[in-house]
Amino acid sequence: MTSRKGVTRVTEQTDRTLTVRALARVEGEGAMHVRVRDGAVEDVRLEIYEPPRFFEALLRGRRHTEPPDITARICGICPVAYQMSACLAIEAACGIEVTDAVADLRRLLYCGEWIESHALHIYLLHAPDFLGYASALDLAREGRGLVERGLALKKAGNAIMELVGGRAVHPVNVRVGGFYRAPAKTEMAALAEQLRGALDLALDTVTWAAGFEFPDFRHDHEMLALVTPGQYAIERGTVASTGGLAFAPAQFEDYVIEEQVPHSTALHARLAGRGRYLTGPTARYTLSGQWLSPLARQAADAAGLGAECRNPFRSILVRAVEVVYAVEEALRLIDRYEPPAPCYLEVPPRAAVGHGATEAPRGVLFHRYAIDAEGLVTSARIVPPTSQNQASIEDDLRRFVAGRLDLDDRELTRQCEQAIRNYDPCISCSTNFLDLTVDRG
Amino acid sequence: MTGAPTLAVWKFASCDGCQLTLLDCEDELLAIADRVDIAHFTEASSRSQPGPYDVSLVEGSVTTAADAERIRRVRAMSRTLVTIGACASAGGVQALRNFADVREFASVVYARPDYISALATSTPVAAHVDVDFELRGCPVDRRQLLEVLTALLAGRKPNIPAHSVCFECKQRAVVCVAVARGTPCLGPVTHAGCGALCPAHQRGCYGCFGPAETPNAGAQAGLLRAAGLSEADVLRAYRTFNAGAPAFIELSRVTDGPPPGSGPRDLPERGDQGD
Ligand code: SF4
Ligand code: SF4
Repeated sequence: MTSRKGVTRVTEQTDRTLTVRALARVEGEGAMHVRVRDGAVEDVRLEIYEPPRFFEALLRGRRHTEPPDITARICGICPVAYQMSACLAIEAACGIEVTDAVADLRRLLYCGEWIESHALHIYLLHAPDFLGYASALDLAREGRGLVERGLALKKAGNAIMELVGGRAVHPVNVRVGGFYRAPAKTEMAALAEQLRGALDLALDTVTWAAGFEFPDFRHDHEMLALVTPGQYAIERGTVASTGGLAFAPAQFEDYVIEEQVPHSTALHARLAGRGRYLTGPTARYTLSGQWLSPLARQAADAAGLGAECRNPFRSILVRAVEVVYAVEEALRLIDRYEPPAPCYLEVPPRAAVGHGATEAPRGVLFHRYAIDAEGLVTSARIVPPTSQNQASIEDDLRRFVAGRLDLDDRELTRQCEQAIRNYDPCISCSTNFLDLTVDRG
Repeated sequence: MTGAPTLAVWKFASCDGCQLTLLDCEDELLAIADRVDIAHFTEASSRSQPGPYDVSLVEGSVTTAADAERIRRVRAMSRTLVTIGACASAGGVQALRNFADVREFASVVYARPDYISALATSTPVAAHVDVDFELRGCPVDRRQLLEVLTALLAGRKPNIPAHSVCFECKQRAVVCVAVARGTPCLGPVTHAGCGALCPAHQRGCYGCFGPAETPNAGAQAGLLRAAGLSEADVLRAYRTFNAGAPAFIELSRVTDGPPPGSGPRDLPERGDQGD
């Protein structure tokens, strides 16, 4: 059965196979296989076996107003990311740019998703690894206050999603061109109250996570993120990499090539002529860290994060810093909020192709749509963060396992699972993801 | 913890949004964990206890041969099986393949569709095994999810009304978007539960909770046509997150009806005292 966790133990240490079925505390279903031959790691595969749902196919023939609601259903953890990338792509195709006020409201909604998604990952999925618990609910038995703090933080993110988006999962208030309804100023004031409390919780989270023990591990992948010079990129930006690449979202498919591998229902992405790369919080932090707010910057420095973050285990710290930033940024946006009027622009269709990219909690999320003159979608392309990261994750795991072959299967499995959770892989997003096999022969 | 009822949460083809709704019960989650032994919940815990389970919550639809087998095993291990959400209860948005050729779909997404194994249809859990209760929504509503859990723990029937979104608009005194603004709205034929979220945001309901009991097909078709929808638009309106629900398939075929008089508020309110 796919959902039963099992470790397959085979023969001697020089040749072995390790399989982790049904990776826990990740979003979606996947497995990991490790094959060891003659004492060396021969192969590491992240297997994504979640059944494909064929979004790019079923979007064809839909109205150009529909992709935000439809693609939201790719992932319940980051629906706003899908809605925002879809809106940008369709608006670009139709030659419309939303007003600054609408763009600000989108950024606020997106801050809500970052807070919610990061708090979920930090407290419910990742921290139990560092503290030696099977789940946050087990952790709560001894440290109830800690988990309560995480839930309160998460709730503050959801409060933004509910006020601005209308609902925490699959918001109903987003439309191509803007929003159906603009929240009232009084509603925003109540939200600000809640967020002011959350700011302290967010700062405490950074301090707390900074005390965890981080295995020594460093990668040298090219890192890729959106940038908006002067501001930490969230709801828009151009693409930049630590290797010096700089291009517009419309050129994404010239630089990023997606390939299919037999062991996965997710496609693997690489940079043309360059190879694997990494997107996500650590890439954002490395490329945009200088544009964090003073408080978030201070928290990052106090936590010992330098100018870049290349240890995936420390990604939990980066997420915590991003939560501080997102709460502060939300407060700043609310402080200067005036309900946009109108709260949306009409977006009449035209025959064209449009591209959109935003920073989902897990990294760059790219959409491309072709629309015909009647406003029907004729083709769609979606590149989620986890499929972009899959090759880099596998490479990291290969080196991680190679340094730990002396561990027994049980401990190696536990550590590999933790290593995988560093990336907060969203298997639902990448169509689909993890079950660990170590094949030792 | 011994003696506490055991709860298992299962995922099939889905977006995780419905199980996330359980984790979104921030104020209640720890209290639930005090009363219930969460024995299997892969997304939240790496510890999994073997069955049987008192209650299983199932998210997602059945889209592969392996999952068709797995849902049988889940059923066999579960005293009570509740489906959560449109995927598990109606096949979800991925059931749009049911109206197309799945091989053609796979070839659009994958260069090597032969690596992909998927059934031709996405089907609800009830098409495979007996289901004790179906909770609607894409995603399910947090309050309704809590009500179902509370009711099951107390050994009573969940109090989930089966009337339409229209009724919820009236309860909340939300102005009818169809009548006041001519906005196309599926509220009259859509199952209640969300609290009329879309109309409260000046938007027509797009049917994410699936069909209400006893929808008035003719009146609904008239409403949509009066709002200016073409036949293809009407078809698209029903073919979203509950495309596979028989009542929506039925409704999508009715393209004609009287234009709305004073609007969907005139529709009969059968099924209001829900089941
Ligand atoms: S019903 Fe909707 S929210 Fe629930 S799992 Fe399916 S797609 Fe996600
Ligand atoms: S009004 Fe309709 S589409 Fe909107 S949330 Fe409720 S059931 Fe779903």
